[in-house]
Amino acid sequence: MNKFLKWFASDSFIVSLAAIFMGLLLGAVVMFIGGYNPITAYMALLQSVFGSLDGFGEALREMAPLVLTGLAVAFAFRAGMFNIGAAGQVLMGMTGASLIGIKVTGLPAIIHAPLAVIVGALFGGLWAALAGYIKAKRGVNEVITTIMLNWIALFLCNYIVRTFLLMPGSQRSLDVESSSWVSIGWLSEMMGNARVHWGILIAILASIFFYYFLWKTKQGFEIRAVGSNPEAARYAGINVNKNIVKAMFISGVLAGLAGAFETLGVFHYQSIYSSLPQYGFNGIAVALLGMTHPFGVLAGAGLFGMLTYGASGMSFEAGVPSEIIQIVIGSIIFFIAAQGIVRFILKPVYKRKKEKVL
Amino acid sequence: MKKAVKFSLFMLLAFSLVLAACGNNKSGGTTSTGSEGEGGKTGSDIKIGMVTDTGGVNDKSFNQTSWEALQALEKEQGIKVQYLQSTGEADYQPNLNKFVKGGYDLTWGIGFALEKALGEIATQNPDSNFAIIDAAVDAPNVESVLFSENEGAFLVGVIAGKMTKTNKIGFVGGAESPTIKKFEIGFKAGIEAVNPKAEFTALYASGFDKPDEGKAAASTLYNDGVDIIFQAAGGTGNGVFNEAQDRKGQGVWVIGVDKDQSIDFGNEITLTSMIKRVDVAIKTVSQQVIDGTFKGGTTTVLGLKEDGVGIADTSSANVPQEVLDEVQSYKEKIVSGEITVPTVK
Repeated sequence: MNKFLKWFASDSFIVSLAAIFMGLLLGAVVMFIGGYNPITAYMALLQSVFGSLDGFGEALREMAPLVLTGLAVAFAFRAGMFNIGAAGQVLMGMTGASLIGIKVTGLPAIIHAPLAVIVGALFGGLWAALAGYIKAKRGVNEVITTIMLNWIALFLCNYIVRTFLLMPGSQRSLDVESSSWVSIGWLSEMMGNARVHWGILIAILASIFFYYFLWKTKQGFEIRAVGSNPEAARYAGINVNKNIVKAMFISGVLAGLAGAFETLGVFHYQSIYSSLPQYGFNGIAVALLGMTHPFGVLAGAGLFGMLTYGASGMSFEAGVPSEIIQIVIGSIIFFIAAQGIVRFILKPVYKRKKEKVL
Repeated sequence: MKKAVKFSLFMLLAFSLVLAACGNNKSGGTTSTGSEGEGGKTGSDIKIGMVTDTGGVNDKSFNQTSWEALQALEKEQGIKVQYLQSTGEADYQPNLNKFVKGGYDLTWGIGFALEKALGEIATQNPDSNFAIIDAAVDAPNVESVLFSENEGAFLVGVIAGKMTKTNKIGFVGGAESPTIKKFEIGFKAGIEAVNPKAEFTALYASGFDKPDEGKAAASTLYNDGVDIIFQAAGGTGNGVFNEAQDRKGQGVWVIGVDKDQSIDFGNEITLTSMIKRVDVAIKTVSQQVIDGTFKGGTTTVLGLKEDGVGIADTSSANVPQEVLDEVQSYKEKIVSGEITVPTVK
């Protein structure tokens, strides 16, 4: 318990909180300049997330992929790598899930749905492992390869959908078999048809797995050691190359899960995308916001999901353009990244605290 | 250090005062916000909403046209109108739901991308009314509006076929969807009707929000000696115009789409525009709701006959009268049924 409290009082937690507050404040200033009332706007935002059951369900739906992509980026980060390719891995996950969901028929739901999810996760994992392999084998920076693989994934997935899965006369795939759905029907009905799905639960479980694996197992220790100092890890007898590929694979699995659940739980089909899905990149921001700690990511994704989902409520109730929320999110990331500014502003607060202690 | 903090606080205060002054000026003058319900105090409490596709409300194309049509209705009839933008395909359902929950009398879905989402929401809420552009949704409470884009494209094809100097004509589409194919096929048929020898090339971008790809496609075509490009690509088409602007004075032309794009891009590069009267559709169906005559469950197709498609009124700026006369005669033939414009190859 004491440890838990300490975490709340920790420096990074306070800085994150201050950055969020400053981001919201900056957003309020921008709204004020635009001639809107920031208080009604933020109230409308909260209202649309917590005001009704279906709003809350949809906000959860928005958060689930953000948790998973955030975890994906954070996991690679712990292994000393920067996985910018979550978007591409999400797409691969979607495609894997759609292939199984559409092409495999006649299976009972209890097998079909998990199979589709697992294949989606594997697609994402292997796609990321490819970048890990190139780094381990040839030392190519994963930032470059993952970005390049993003585009390859986009066009490869569009090709697969267009050639094998296309619903004639439209820009999307056929519907996946209902036996592969991971929607929670009864809960959906209870929550006014909000598209809630098992991915929300899996996302939370994934963050617990993340914590347990990295901090409580030997393999996790190895990955962290490689992340902190590959040379020292090598000297200690850890196979660095193997761990790089493994870390990228797990990172990709997490992102692939996000994609699989979007297809099987939310849309029940896959679109031909004209650009990479946004939450792939938002995962980077979520990971930063959560200080690459799994529970931080959970909280960060919660905030992000709330802001992005609530934005339309803000525009509906208070007439504030939803783009304003992008400014808020942008400035929160800015303040997290530029911690010097936050610390500078927090300085008087810290000083007083110290005086009190003395 | 203390001084610095004090100074920055002071600057912040001064800055915010200046900003506040700006803010007041702005809020007095412009009306670019989403909700303007308070403006119309005339009796009617009909509420009409629309959900954009991912192009957004300022796409200089059909989302914008739709919103402008609703705003005009608001002014004329004193109804309340509102829009919601969709940033991704996941937004369609919750956005539509917001209007349903808000008790709106009619909710528009703009574009074929909303077909499935609108269908589902309409089935879940049989007591609410919906309408959709560019897609047919089969539900008793949905009014679907489609356009015969091929007929309008045929007319601008006639113009292109008559006006080309290099005998090479190009087309840039936003995505290889059935709707956009209709533009291409109609356009091609129009060219072939008046100039069978002209060479025709069609290029497609990977989406409607890719001006860079539009610019690259236009550059390829112009370099090949094409002198007239018809774009049916939404925001991507802005890139086509941009490329033409860079080559101003080299005798290159763009044919605009959806609305009179010479207003945005000028007469020096805009040969003409194929108009798709989304505004007419929005006004007609919305008016039915206001009058209480809305039925739903039907699909309306607006073609040349219904004035749902056509060419821009400002075409005469660049197109000589004899070509316009020919366009007129083709129009009459299509309306009378003498010519049937193909929709598929």
